[in-house]
Amino acid sequence: MSAIARWARGGGLSTLVLLLPLLVVFGLFAWFPIGRALVMSLQETNLVTDPSWVGLDNFRQVLGDPLFWTSVRNTVYFTLLAMLFGYPVPLLLAVLMSEVRRAKGLFSVLAYLPVVVPPVVAVLLWRFFYDASSTGVFNTILGWVGLGPFPWIQDASSAMPSLVLQATWANAGATVLIYLAALTGVRTELYDAAEVDGAGLWKKVWHVTLPQLRNILLITLILQVISTFQIFTEPFLMTGGGPQNATTTVLLQIYDYAFRFGDYGAATALSVLLALFLAIMSALYFRVTRSWSTS
Amino acid sequence: MSESVQAPEKTRQSNPEAPAGRVAPATAPRRRRARPSERGILSDFDRARPRTRWAMRTAQGLVLVMLLVAAIGPMLWLAKAAVTTTQDTLRTPLALWPNGIDWANLSTAWNEAEISRYFTNTVWVALGSWFCQLLVATTGGYVLSVLRPRFSRLLTGAVLATLFVPGVVVLVPLFLTVLELPVLGTSLLNTYWAVWLPAGANAFNLLLVKRFMDSLPRDVFEAARMDGAGPFRMLVAVVLPMSKPILGVVSIFAVLNAWKDFLWPLIVLPEPTIQPLSVRLPIIRDTVELDVFLAALLISMALPIAIFLAFQRLFLRNAGLGGAVKG
Repeated sequence: MSAIARWARGGGLSTLVLLLPLLVVFGLFAWFPIGRALVMSLQETNLVTDPSWVGLDNFRQVLGDPLFWTSVRNTVYFTLLAMLFGYPVPLLLAVLMSEVRRAKGLFSVLAYLPVVVPPVVAVLLWRFFYDASSTGVFNTILGWVGLGPFPWIQDASSAMPSLVLQATWANAGATVLIYLAALTGVRTELYDAAEVDGAGLWKKVWHVTLPQLRNILLITLILQVISTFQIFTEPFLMTGGGPQNATTTVLLQIYDYAFRFGDYGAATALSVLLALFLAIMSALYFRVTRSWSTS
Repeated sequence: MSESVQAPEKTRQSNPEAPAGRVAPATAPRRRRARPSERGILSDFDRARPRTRWAMRTAQGLVLVMLLVAAIGPMLWLAKAAVTTTQDTLRTPLALWPNGIDWANLSTAWNEAEISRYFTNTVWVALGSWFCQLLVATTGGYVLSVLRPRFSRLLTGAVLATLFVPGVVVLVPLFLTVLELPVLGTSLLNTYWAVWLPAGANAFNLLLVKRFMDSLPRDVFEAARMDGAGPFRMLVAVVLPMSKPILGVVSIFAVLNAWKDFLWPLIVLPEPTIQPLSVRLPIIRDTVELDVFLAALLISMALPIAIFLAFQRLFLRNAGLGGAVKG
């Protein structure tokens, strides 16, 4: 009996058949493109002539593009604003919701509802809300208390905060639920101990609840950075990167290189740079989650 | 992070009765009401004090109102605006039908603006992506978890590695791959395969299913093997029925993510007649009247919300997944 026949009889053949979907799909659409990204970032590709090696020229071009630093700055600014809006609010909501005894599910459903709205629908709806005229939806509401009208996404200085406000609305619910789950793991005997020491409500939150949420706060921060650096739909549909490039992000830049200018080399070079940065962030994420589940 | 979906036995082990020193990122909010020993930040003594109770009720009432206004408000407004005339929506966006309700918007959007066609396209995109993800995740997870051939550790590692490479980073090379498949040389551009197949390469699903299958009792597999069940029989008759909970989770997130997807279908489906809603809506915005456009938005959002409300328990239990998938 040959080795191959023995292998087939031992179940090797059916294992291979069962593995086929994984191998084909991951091979063609995950592993191959990843390898290709590395190669392409060192090549000039224009789909007409054969790709040619250009060394680090693509990277030089990308890093030399003044828009690169604009988009990095914008993305960092987005992250900072997202932390400013999206950090305290979900945390406060979660702490308050964790103390709810009745209809807890209703609170969670309400908080999570915006997360399931398709991003394109949410962005287009908010774009209408942000109408800069005095009869815009938000300007009407603010007009009732004598504020505005504000230019929202029409103005370079308020465009980014407007985008972040929308993104926070769309994502806060998921963060609330993460915090809520983490809060159920807080060691409650510490509250008893704190009370014996005469701690009031705020002291209990500050000295018992928050320190135990430290890890989850770090994790949501990392996840925030990872997803912010991939932000696309919001600026693409809301402002198109404007006004005056105030909302251009790294991914918008990649899209423009590839699908507006047909410069696939530059697009992949920027992708690879982004990948490096995100890989560092993900590694950090896994490190934190691991140390956290073994502690 | 995949702590969130636990196999039956595991849940039993991590009994909340034990001091929960380790925090799971997205485990089910455990029911605390029933057990007298459990408490929150406020002690029962605190709760009994009238002033605290009053303050707590006010705070929670405020939270509820805030959630209602912030979360449901925009959707209710959209529902209102979808049946309001353009003139009214532009002049007095917050008035309730000063000139009557305009139901015709919905049918105009569905028929004339061809939302019906894009809705069907979206359903196709979602169903195919769902099938592909489920096929790859179940067969792959089964081989890596139950059959465990010699190279399975290496393969698991190779799948895990793709988790570290966010989808957007391979955007351009993936596009060029779809444009001309290696070996076959055919182009998937303007076919749904271009969306379905890459959707199947989801490492997160695969690892989720593998982890779940890892926790299934192995003596059942042994017994089935003794009874003469081959690898295929075992998958269909033993492993899949036991994996229903995790397959439900994967299915629902697969459908919703396909519904949400924008950038990838935008790139690989340039032909307007086959585009899904997400790609079509920004263009419809410029071609139809405002009231019809808002009606189209409402229709596009209805199905995901209905799915969420129907399976809310499952969502709330696995809420952490959404964020983790992106990573």
